[in-house]
Amino acid sequence: MPKNLRINSSNFIDETTRVSFKFDGKTYYGFKGDTLASALIANGIHLVARSFKYHRPRGIMTAGSEEPNAIVQINGNTAYTEPNVRATEIEIYDGLEASSQNCWPNVNFDIGGINNILSPLLPAGFYYKTFMWPASFWEKYEYFIRKSAGLGKSPTKPDPDLYEHKYIHCDVLVIGGGISGIMAAKTAAENNYKTLLLDEKPHLGGTTIYQSSEFNKINNQYSSKWLENEISNLKNIKNLEIKTRTSVAAYHGYNFLLARENLTDHLPLNKKKDKIRQRLLKIRAKKVIAATGSIERPLIFNNNDRPGIILSSAIKKYSDYYGVVCGKENILFTNNDSAYETAISLFNKGIKINAIIDIREKVNSEITNHAEKIGIKIYNSYTIVDTSGYRRIKEVSIMKLSKDGQSVTGSKIKIKCNCLGISGGWTPAVHLFTQSGGKLKFDNEDNVFIPSKYPSDQISIGSCNGEFDLNTIIKNFNQNIKNFLGIDKTSFEDLKINSTKEILKRNIWLLPSDKAIGKCKPFVDFQNDATAKDIKLALREGFRSIEHVKRYTTTGMGTDQGKLGNMHALGIISDTSGVKMSDLGTTTFRPPYTPLTFGTIVGRNVGEFFDIFRKTPIHDWHVDNNAEFENVGQWKRAWYYPKKGESMFDAVQRESKAARDGAGILDASTLGKIDIQGSDASEFLNRVYTNAWSKLAIGKCRYGLMLNEDGMVYDDGVTTRLNENHYIMTTTTGGAATVLGKLEDYLQTEWPELDVYLTSVTDHFATISVCGPNSKKIVKKVIPDLDLSDEEFPHMSFKNAKIDNIKCRVMRISFTGEQSYEINIQANFGKSVWEKCMEAGKEFNITPYGTETMHLLRAEKGFIIVGQDTDATLTPIDLQMNWIVSKKKYDFIGKRSLYRSDTIREDRKQLVGIVTEDPREVLEEGAQIVADVSKKPVEMLGHITSSYFSPNLNKSIALGVVKGGKNMLGKKLFIPMKNKIISVHVADPVFLDKENKRLNA
Amino acid sequence: MFIINCPYCGEREQSEFKAGGEAHIERPKQPTELSDDQWAEYLFMRKNIKGIQFERWVHVHGCRKWFNMVRDTTNDQIHAVYKMGEKPPIK
Amino acid sequence: MKNKYSIFSLFKNALTDHENWQRAWRDPEPKKEYDAIIVGGGGHGLATAYYLAKKHNLRNIAVLEKGWIGGGNTGRNTTIIRSNYLWDASAGLYDHALKIWEGLSQELNYNVMFSQRGVMNLAHNLQDVRDLKRRTHANRLNGVDAVWLSTEEVKKFCPIINTSPNIRYPVLGGTLQKRAGTARHDAVAWGYARGADEMGVDIIQNCEVKGIKRNGDTVEGLETTKGFIKTKKIGVVAAGHSSVIANMAGLKLPLESKPLQALVSEPVKPIIDTVVMSNAVHAYVSQSDKGELVIGAGTDDYVSYSQKGSHDIVEGTLHAILELYPIFSRMRMLRQWGGIVDICPDASPIISKTPIKGLYFNCGWGTGGFKATPGSGDLFAHTIANDEPHKLNAAFNINRFVSGDLVDEHGAAAVAH
Repeated sequence: MPKNLRINSSNFIDETTRVSFKFDGKTYYGFKGDTLASALIANGIHLVARSFKYHRPRGIMTAGSEEPNAIVQINGNTAYTEPNVRATEIEIYDGLEASSQNCWPNVNFDIGGINNILSPLLPAGFYYKTFMWPASFWEKYEYFIRKSAGLGKSPTKPDPDLYEHKYIHCDVLVIGGGISGIMAAKTAAENNYKTLLLDEKPHLGGTTIYQSSEFNKINNQYSSKWLENEISNLKNIKNLEIKTRTSVAAYHGYNFLLARENLTDHLPLNKKKDKIRQRLLKIRAKKVIAATGSIERPLIFNNNDRPGIILSSAIKKYSDYYGVVCGKENILFTNNDSAYETAISLFNKGIKINAIIDIREKVNSEITNHAEKIGIKIYNSYTIVDTSGYRRIKEVSIMKLSKDGQSVTGSKIKIKCNCLGISGGWTPAVHLFTQSGGKLKFDNEDNVFIPSKYPSDQISIGSCNGEFDLNTIIKNFNQNIKNFLGIDKTSFEDLKINSTKEILKRNIWLLPSDKAIGKCKPFVDFQNDATAKDIKLALREGFRSIEHVKRYTTTGMGTDQGKLGNMHALGIISDTSGVKMSDLGTTTFRPPYTPLTFGTIVGRNVGEFFDIFRKTPIHDWHVDNNAEFENVGQWKRAWYYPKKGESMFDAVQRESKAARDGAGILDASTLGKIDIQGSDASEFLNRVYTNAWSKLAIGKCRYGLMLNEDGMVYDDGVTTRLNENHYIMTTTTGGAATVLGKLEDYLQTEWPELDVYLTSVTDHFATISVCGPNSKKIVKKVIPDLDLSDEEFPHMSFKNAKIDNIKCRVMRISFTGEQSYEINIQANFGKSVWEKCMEAGKEFNITPYGTETMHLLRAEKGFIIVGQDTDATLTPIDLQMNWIVSKKKYDFIGKRSLYRSDTIREDRKQLVGIVTEDPREVLEEGAQIVADVSKKPVEMLGHITSSYFSPNLNKSIALGVVKGGKNMLGKKLFIPMKNKIISVHVADPVFLDKENKRLNA
Repeated sequence: MFIINCPYCGEREQSEFKAGGEAHIERPKQPTELSDDQWAEYLFMRKNIKGIQFERWVHVHGCRKWFNMVRDTTNDQIHAVYKMGEKPPIK
Repeated sequence: MKNKYSIFSLFKNALTDHENWQRAWRDPEPKKEYDAIIVGGGGHGLATAYYLAKKHNLRNIAVLEKGWIGGGNTGRNTTIIRSNYLWDASAGLYDHALKIWEGLSQELNYNVMFSQRGVMNLAHNLQDVRDLKRRTHANRLNGVDAVWLSTEEVKKFCPIINTSPNIRYPVLGGTLQKRAGTARHDAVAWGYARGADEMGVDIIQNCEVKGIKRNGDTVEGLETTKGFIKTKKIGVVAAGHSSVIANMAGLKLPLESKPLQALVSEPVKPIIDTVVMSNAVHAYVSQSDKGELVIGAGTDDYVSYSQKGSHDIVEGTLHAILELYPIFSRMRMLRQWGGIVDICPDASPIISKTPIKGLYFNCGWGTGGFKATPGSGDLFAHTIANDEPHKLNAAFNINRFVSGDLVDEHGAAAVAH
């Protein structure tokens, strides 16, 4: 590297560790501790990017997270690639590869640069006014617009990194480890508050830590030395946790904050492996102290965007912190004293300062006088009217400012430079404060928005609260922190402070040029190429609010979210429209403060941890027996069990036939089970189901239908009376949790007088359903002691039993229309009982069947599946299940809704059976049903809800809902498919065994 | 995300709770006596207040108890919680 | 048009450094009386005023906006436009809107960047497949261009989707509506405002309605922060604040206003060329012309007017995004925000007269109102002008909550209400 750009050694750079990295394919070296930006500057590179719209050459402008220009793609086409990384934030490591974005073929020669020439045609919002002709061409215009927009490239490979979340609860959270934050953290922790201190940088100390100046002294030491000592003492303090490289991203209500702790981004590739890359901290703090500092403002003047134009404070940081000089021929352009600090610091290191251009009249402060004394040429009341240099600034032209600051006079002076430091004052970083709901007020003296009203237990201290000189910061600190923490004293009350105070301020949001504004390019948003004239154009066209101007010009909408330029945008609006800044207000600062990696937000909840799978106790058996699975709610259910070479259709046909001819076995463990106890249990069931329950005898089962209060079918299932005051309810698999929730709601809020207790026992039992003509024989073999005679154990009844001394409940209920027994046993015995049944059923060709066969078998019987045959728009009457709606009961959930004028209409959709004219034709579920295909538009009467080829009937069967269907028995209707029309007839939905003979066969 | 002071369990994260809409809408004792309009009023019509709202919450991933809350819907500040059946502590 | 936009006018104005562009709309003080007043200067409200002026020749009308036009949900949504709705009434309504979208830039002489890049809805379980196929069949018969895609076809249309069968919610197929897509939300509000203003509509910003003056069951005017304004017809299009306005007239609506959130990533070069929605895992994503991934999150379950939602909702959405697009893990969230959406029990809107004469409501669009903007404005204008609904919005009357004739579209929105 050109050695002369490293001017001095630094405490923060490890010059013994050389780091090699690539930029745009070329290898460079820096030192451990460098950011990509500081290392590039040390290598003499300023041009690193092209701007978004005009593709203008852009350099490094800042030294922090507010950087608008120097954003790069890192790690090329690898899985570790990342777009839009700020060179000012990423720490270099061995093997880092960075490249310029938004340019082709390269950053030095970019074809897109033609946009700069076309820029007169591309003012704010030009795209709203063009590309409309011909209408069909927008697609083509858009293709090119999209291609030229965007910055970096999205990764195209899955992320190899790991992320995680951590919850932190603390008494006091301090955001920002500058001088204010360190004093606050120390004070809080020493007063027994459990304290967490966060800072986005690798080191604590903010800007003070490299402030070695006669003008900022504490107890006669450089403020940097004093703070260094304070920091080294922090480790002895109990109750204090410190995290660096940790950026607070969001500040939500109730003092809930999100922070990103960066753990491996600064490590070489081989050391990143298998480590957590970033951790999302979810912080609940009782109290929050924001010490987030402030961000230096640029100045807005013609051609203020060239590489080599850098914030004055950044130049100082590069030299004082990184030991890197940004340019050998420097000019500083300012409206305040802080640029003088930069100038003096550079001067003291032997760096040439060609001039300080100050828009203020001659200032008589300690620091300006010192600058003059050491011989720096100062131009007071001057402004820069233009700059030159395409890939790097070469020269500035300055002219005298008029009294009112709105124009320039006199002759032009040209001064050479290769680095221009600019300082437009400071903007308090109030982003997090406003995210939390805080209200700002405008300080007319400093032209800053500062916190006014705190929405939660929090405080802002230091420069984020508009305190800019050391004296004020420390004085206010002591007062405010004592109040905030409720303490009597701090250890910072007797400090002896030497600091300069700014005595003259002058702020001009848009600096004039000798050229008309229309011919100038004063950039306000550097990344999005929004200029002051764009803002003026927006105002001219009637966009008055800051939100409108922002959206029309895209000011503040880049990856830096307007950290640099938003205040100027406001200022220019205020000046142009004559509305006071305090009345304009700011745009809303939206989370996150700096962009937050999706992976970090998601943490470990990816892949297998995205969402749980619930598996039945018999799951492994299904897997071992080649089952295909269906996802139902959170459950994995066996769908069908294909034998070798069998298609799904074949398997389902075989299973369905076997269940009716011999025996079938189904894992029904996923059905929801709710244990209901209490002296009012029967009354409770009366109120939640449509049918009557009081007279259900102990040991009997009953099917129930549950409605929503709007009268629409909500859930169904069989409930069994185990005892006088004890029932077990089954629900659908998907509905279990919501049904329980709803029942609890009614019980606790509407009917607290009922003595009823609900417990979910879904997971406690495995449920094995054995059905078919041989089911009785099989169950008899498994539970020999159980009397299975129809007299003793008829359909819709229940028995307690034991299998090998393990208690179980056996219900004789059927969803297939076959004689069928459901064994409910403690879950951990489920698999062994299942295997017992399989063994016992071998001689009867017992066949395991999955959900698909279950659906087919029940459809043959016309039984509904809630959620498949219903869709929250059907009443029990619509389902032609009038028999289940008690006429006698005074009330039940949803009853009243059944009698509204539109729910009693005869022409509502009703559930019917559908048979095809061609018995081999199986309809598609979801297909629409019409009466008249010739009518346009076709009137749709309803749709097919369930459809199968029934092996037991040897024909296609279907269920569907049809407008007025209950009066259409036998009527011919049509199913218009994409390429054919299928003729069907309305049929009885019960296709098989209408007399229910098979239940007792 | 709120911190909610469950009247049964104390302060817990909002993620443990579920909201249940406007409070103090009593289910009519004799629904069959109501007109369609009156029934719709109970079923669907809501005050949807901007400001201090009385509403129901349930500690669904906790004690499973329903309770009432007074919350300012303009800034989500919770002013009070109270058990079902109790009178609101503030008006 | 005094201020016609075209490449030629752009050239011409470039010669004068763009210093001669005229205002897109005036900034008038309210008159004492209007023939009709629209409350709410979002896309729907401005469109309503535009069509009232254009199609019904009502020129003495005003739009009152509490803040800035387009500053509510119009400027906060994820800009998805589609019409593949299940029920005939919905398909009719949304396809009416879609047809207007197709010529809207030309009609308004304002490029709303309507991009027909297609919208895919993914199915992740067998019931999803049934439901989406049902919708596709209904769409086809209603003349809405939606087709069913197999998993392979989904992958082909959007290659970055993870279609592995082994993920938690595998993609079992999906539907595609090619005419569907996105538009530039702000431009819609601005384009309608400019068009309405051109025809004499007064767009009055920073004017909050404080009360509705009635004489018996008839409206007489509005109390506003800019004084009393007399009118016989009031069309309220106040989205999340509909109930607040309704309460001023002593009405209750079947609405709850809840926070809905969205987020964008940093801009990148084109990586996804369509809009993909997934109901089951709750993720929907598209890419703006600027290059940002635009991701819609869900609603919270509580009423709030704070325009802020829970972090859990955003986090849950990104879980789903990374499940379907693992390559986005290293992308970064640039900005998140919230809006207040007014949700009806049946997830369908209300475009209706009310029991109060001269008072009309257009609300309840929930999470998906942007797509309907032009159609909603057109039909609401018709309803206000004729004091009768158009046949396309007749089903969306307020009385359906009494009679029970709901238009249940829960399956159609990617948001579980």
